[in-house]
Amino acid sequence: MRPLPMASEPALADTLPAPPPRRFTPARAAAILALLAALLAATVAAALTLGSTSAGLRELLFPDSAQAVSRAILLEVRLPRILLAAAVGACLSAAGVCFQAVLRNPLADPYILGVSGGAGLGSILASAAAPAAGLAVTTVRPAAAFGGALAAVAALLAMSRGRGRVLPETMILLGVVMNATIMAAIMFIVTMADFSRYAGTMYWLIGNLASPSGGELALVYGCLIPGLIALTIMGQPLNVLAGGEELAGQLGLDAPRIRVAALGAGSLVTAAAVSLSGLVGFVGLVVPHAGRVLLGPDNRLLLPASALLGGAVLVAADTAARALFAPTQIPVGVITALMGGPCFLWLFARRAAGRTS
Amino acid sequence: MTRGTEAGPAAIEARAVRFGYGRDALFDGLDLAVARGSMTALIGPNGSGKTTLIRLLSGSIPPQGGELLLEGRLLSRLAPRARARLLAVVPQDTALTFDVTVLEMVLMGRTPYLGWLGLESHGDLAAARRAMACTGTLPFASRLLSRLSGGERQLAVVARALAQEPRTLLLDEPTAYLDVRHRLQVYELLARLNRESGLTILTTSHDINLAARYCGRMVLLKDGRIRADGPAAQVFQPAILAEVYGTPLHVFSDPVTGTPHAVPGRPAAGSVDVPAGPVL
Repeated sequence: MRPLPMASEPALADTLPAPPPRRFTPARAAAILALLAALLAATVAAALTLGSTSAGLRELLFPDSAQAVSRAILLEVRLPRILLAAAVGACLSAAGVCFQAVLRNPLADPYILGVSGGAGLGSILASAAAPAAGLAVTTVRPAAAFGGALAAVAALLAMSRGRGRVLPETMILLGVVMNATIMAAIMFIVTMADFSRYAGTMYWLIGNLASPSGGELALVYGCLIPGLIALTIMGQPLNVLAGGEELAGQLGLDAPRIRVAALGAGSLVTAAAVSLSGLVGFVGLVVPHAGRVLLGPDNRLLLPASALLGGAVLVAADTAARALFAPTQIPVGVITALMGGPCFLWLFARRAAGRTS
Repeated sequence: MTRGTEAGPAAIEARAVRFGYGRDALFDGLDLAVARGSMTALIGPNGSGKTTLIRLLSGSIPPQGGELLLEGRLLSRLAPRARARLLAVVPQDTALTFDVTVLEMVLMGRTPYLGWLGLESHGDLAAARRAMACTGTLPFASRLLSRLSGGERQLAVVARALAQEPRTLLLDEPTAYLDVRHRLQVYELLARLNRESGLTILTTSHDINLAARYCGRMVLLKDGRIRADGPAAQVFQPAILAEVYGTPLHVFSDPVTGTPHAVPGRPAAGSVDVPAGPVL
């Protein structure tokens, strides 16, 4: 169909008003991402200086023998934990954006939907069973977490199949039921396997960060970076998929394939986060929403932007968890839930009032 | 493209198509060919299969038997991307999950032209602007969909379909929920696209009189079968309409255009079921 009627006047396209500022352009996206990366770097730097031991950037930058202990604390204890917090926040936020688009559900979040729970169940199962099978826990656990996350996503999809569009509230109800079941299974395994690990599991269930090994850091970043790149490249199809699979098909996309690829990548980054941090909640819900309010809903920008913002948010939350009541450290999941829970309720109320994000 | 000609394959064609939800067959050997450059209305009562036929022809659901052809090529063999450059759909359900601007939505129409990174070129932006210009949606290009009236929103959805630069446009109830001015606006736009760009148009409609004004061909469906097919003057027979819609209809000549105009008569006892007994 060409030419369109009114486009026959050649000058028309040139005299049209400038595009609205919200529109995605690579240059604008790059500028915003650079700004967010700077925010993340600043948060990491601030987090390095805060904690139960006062050790600052100066010790790191100008080391001398007298401050070797401080330097060791910074580099070997605090920095890895901060890097882990950044990765976990980025993973959960990117997964949140992904699930919200694919499931067409603004209230979706890996924690609320039970995907984190599935990964957690996989982790616990691996931790309990691997030693008996003569396998190293550290190698089996991430794979088992990924399997658990995929199983949870598959269960969600199976329960919502064949009903047309599932209402967001309905899917959350399914998630609640799934979470409750998963928690029971986790408690059963922990109790049967080794009762003495009960207290640690409690921390883990609400989400807790500790200093990771170099291998663990490599694992989480090794999942985050490819997963995030894959999801960002799928950003435009995900925008269309938010209008439904039928629309995506009409616009020439292979909708089922994109859906599977996106859910796979979302499950992978969720599993990477959960296998090292436990069930940190609400980050994947609140950060994407804030991102959408600030930057608009275009996933090509929202995905990497939410990852950077989520990294900064979780670094800040974990620093608060370390430093607020030092020397007592509270699990970071307590902070995210205390702050994220009310945010969720507010979003829910806003939806009920008939407004979309 | 050139104006639709009689020569060459039909724009879209269904050959002996079978389809049903569950066990009952809705279409059992449906044949329909839509000529290039034509403007056709698909009419019929609720449940007659209009929406299902649009979904079949758009490749959204596969037929359970028979063949669907787009410009002579098997629809099932055509890559979704290639299909989306030839054929665009204005669906009934236009809900998106997140609130986007009109321009953002219209740019989604460029999806079948984007590279693997999914970035729009200047050409894509120009195509989106052309589509918005001819639908009259350009003045509110930067407005959010949630801030549009029903009529504005429908025109924006048509603009998204036009941004695909298709040769055939399928529409499912494009004038539902619209006031009379916006209904006319949609049909005027479609007629102009058909006339001036040679766009092949197939649209379903419950507003059979408005469709009769603009569409050269009316296809009347009942229970998945074509009950009548031809110019409105031929299809709008009181006996046929009464049988298909299950209530008497009188046919007049539209005082403005001279096209046939059907008006429901007084329902015969028992033909329109409102339960007897006191009303509230």
